[in-house]
Amino acid sequence: MASKKDFVKFDKVDKSYDGKVLVVKDLQLDIAEGEFITMLGPSGSGKTTCLMMLAGFETPTNGEIYLDGKAISSIPPHKRGIGMVFQNYALFPHMTVYENLAFPLRVRKIPKDEADKKIDKALSMVSLQGFAARMPGQLSGGQQQRVAVARSLVFDPQLVLMDEPLGALDKNLRESMQYEIKHIHESIGVTVVYVTHDQSEALTMSNRIAVFNDGKVQQLSSPDELYEKPVNSFVAEFIGENNTFGGEVSDISGGKCKVKLANAEILANPISVKGKGERTTVSLRPERALINPSTKMDNLHKGKIEEVIYHGDHTRVRINLLGNPEFILKVPNSSSNLDIKLGNEINIGWNSDDARALDPK
Amino acid sequence: MSSETKQILTTDGIPLEVSLKKAEKKNKIKAFLLVAPLLFFLIITYVFPIGDMLFRSIDDKMVTQMLPKTFKAMENWDGQELPDEEVFAAFHEDFIKLVEDKREGKLSTQLNYTKNGFKSIIKKLRRASKKFEEGNYKEQIMAVHKRWADVEYWRAIQRRAPEFTGQKYLKGMDMYVNEEGKIVSVEEDRRIHRVLWLRTLEIAFFVTVFCFLMAYPIAHLLATLPMKYSNLLMICVLLPFWTSLLVRTASWMILLQQQGIVNDFFVGIGLVADDNRPEMMYNKTGSYVAMTQILLPFMVLPLYSVMKTISPSLMRAGKSLGGTPFVAFWKVYFPLTIPGIGAGCLLVFILAIGYYITPALVGGASGTLISNQIAFHMKSTLDWSFASAMGLMLLSGVLVIYWLYNKIVGIDNIKLG
Repeated sequence: MASKKDFVKFDKVDKSYDGKVLVVKDLQLDIAEGEFITMLGPSGSGKTTCLMMLAGFETPTNGEIYLDGKAISSIPPHKRGIGMVFQNYALFPHMTVYENLAFPLRVRKIPKDEADKKIDKALSMVSLQGFAARMPGQLSGGQQQRVAVARSLVFDPQLVLMDEPLGALDKNLRESMQYEIKHIHESIGVTVVYVTHDQSEALTMSNRIAVFNDGKVQQLSSPDELYEKPVNSFVAEFIGENNTFGGEVSDISGGKCKVKLANAEILANPISVKGKGERTTVSLRPERALINPSTKMDNLHKGKIEEVIYHGDHTRVRINLLGNPEFILKVPNSSSNLDIKLGNEINIGWNSDDARALDPK
Repeated sequence: MSSETKQILTTDGIPLEVSLKKAEKKNKIKAFLLVAPLLFFLIITYVFPIGDMLFRSIDDKMVTQMLPKTFKAMENWDGQELPDEEVFAAFHEDFIKLVEDKREGKLSTQLNYTKNGFKSIIKKLRRASKKFEEGNYKEQIMAVHKRWADVEYWRAIQRRAPEFTGQKYLKGMDMYVNEEGKIVSVEEDRRIHRVLWLRTLEIAFFVTVFCFLMAYPIAHLLATLPMKYSNLLMICVLLPFWTSLLVRTASWMILLQQQGIVNDFFVGIGLVADDNRPEMMYNKTGSYVAMTQILLPFMVLPLYSVMKTISPSLMRAGKSLGGTPFVAFWKVYFPLTIPGIGAGCLLVFILAIGYYITPALVGGASGTLISNQIAFHMKSTLDWSFASAMGLMLLSGVLVIYWLYNKIVGIDNIKLG
């Protein structure tokens, strides 16, 4: 089966609730078959609205959504055949686990013995065999979540939507559930659209991530590209940690640009700046800057250590550098021989390729 | 001694249990003192009156106290033949005392309840007793009237000997104890209470059904609307609640009477002819309409409080899993509202079954309930023991319904708010 590149297609979709503010603006998004795609963004960025439009609980104000080549805006939710996992699990509290899983099969009039097989399979997929007779209230949060996942998959949908499904779990459980969902996705090859505001969740689980802000997709790319090569300052800020310098482009040539700060000048990689005189924000990941670099780096500046915070496997050092008092460095604890003491002046270097000159904030 | 049964001691050597009791004693006393006012209030306003009611409803001491010597003498009588001289003498003694106190009229009324025909023979006996000579009272009394020589009448007197009686309860069900001591129903054309009981149940049942049908959509709307609209709607639901019951009932009288607003409206839109206005008041219709409106909030509020807790994502989950909106409602939403339905129906039914003012004002003859009958006996006939008996029958009816409900739905499955 050749996988389709546009199994799900958002075509110029707009959504407004009150006729005044657009929650989703001109959304153009293709999701390939079998892909695990995450919609990531702060609350109010329109990601959940997109999911609800796909599930059929909201209708697009303009534009059309296609599922497997068919326009679905006029199809009611119960006929779309899309599995969904809700934020608060939405298990039916008056039914046992078995009855919860049997619900989608019963409404599809699947014979009982076949339904039982499917339920067994779904429960073993989330390792909950033997829990069929329990009520949801007798299960822990993680178990309830797994039942919800099993229920969304039991009727073999082609597409499963997950709306912040791990939001209510504690940290350890959340991490183990992330791997579990990822493995389920890999083993059955269903297309998953996942909504979260937790970036580490998005980075670990997804094939591709769509970063939402202000009703628009800011960047759609694989997790590593998203982290290493953010295309604008919102994405750079939102994903991972980030050191920024605000300044003005003073020269641009040969894939490099000079950015003039308040009292210094640095070299950067021009991503979204085109010419001289443009305002820009230079973004640099903390782990890309080194203390007293041994290799030659084209940016080398002196800064004063303001704060040292011990983090176990690494130490975070806050430095006042080039007028930015919030410059963060991550130092692995093996290199404790370095002269990191409060108030010391140290040399910090980085490559201009890693310093991305993006749009001004 | 094994380690399991060994007493655990505190560091001071006092057994742990003793120490714990001592520590908690103060708190227990405090807790009791806090609830004590309510406890006494409940005893005074609830337990005591109900106990008094129960006592009144079975109390039959009046005759017992009026003829103490007679009943004492009757203990040795087998009830087959006429009693012997001893009983007649005792009866004469009691009777003379009653005549002195001018209480023989009360006795005749009471005995007449048991058997017709006592009134006249007691009058005759009073007149004759003035000329009685000492001794051989049997002969003298039997000579007053032939009924005094009839063993049936002496048995009737004997039936009033016990201090307590269940007669009033039988009367509440249109039954009585006949001469042979058997429980039988009164003649068909004299049965009034059974009709009333049935009508009370019928009206309470239908009022509950109407309230449920109207309240369910309202409660659902209240629970799902955004706050600013639902608050307004909630006030609309509660507003009648805050208005005096009498005012509300009176306004229904204005609306429902034959020259009233509703009839005018029907005539106006041509639904009924002007000379053929339907009677919507002083009959069952009036009771139904007014009671449904007045009891509606008692259904809306428990339903609302339950619906409020049902997450909207459950309905969405039902639909996304392939259920049509109806299936999602029927299989997912509706079962979750059952605690609210149970609470609302129980509340409305129990309130309706004992409703008084509204049916009295708009119910007319065919729309009155058992409570109106109770009030009638409290105020007009002054037969308090009968009113108490019917009140207790009503109370036990409610308890039976409560028990049935607990058996069927389960009382834990109830949510009042």
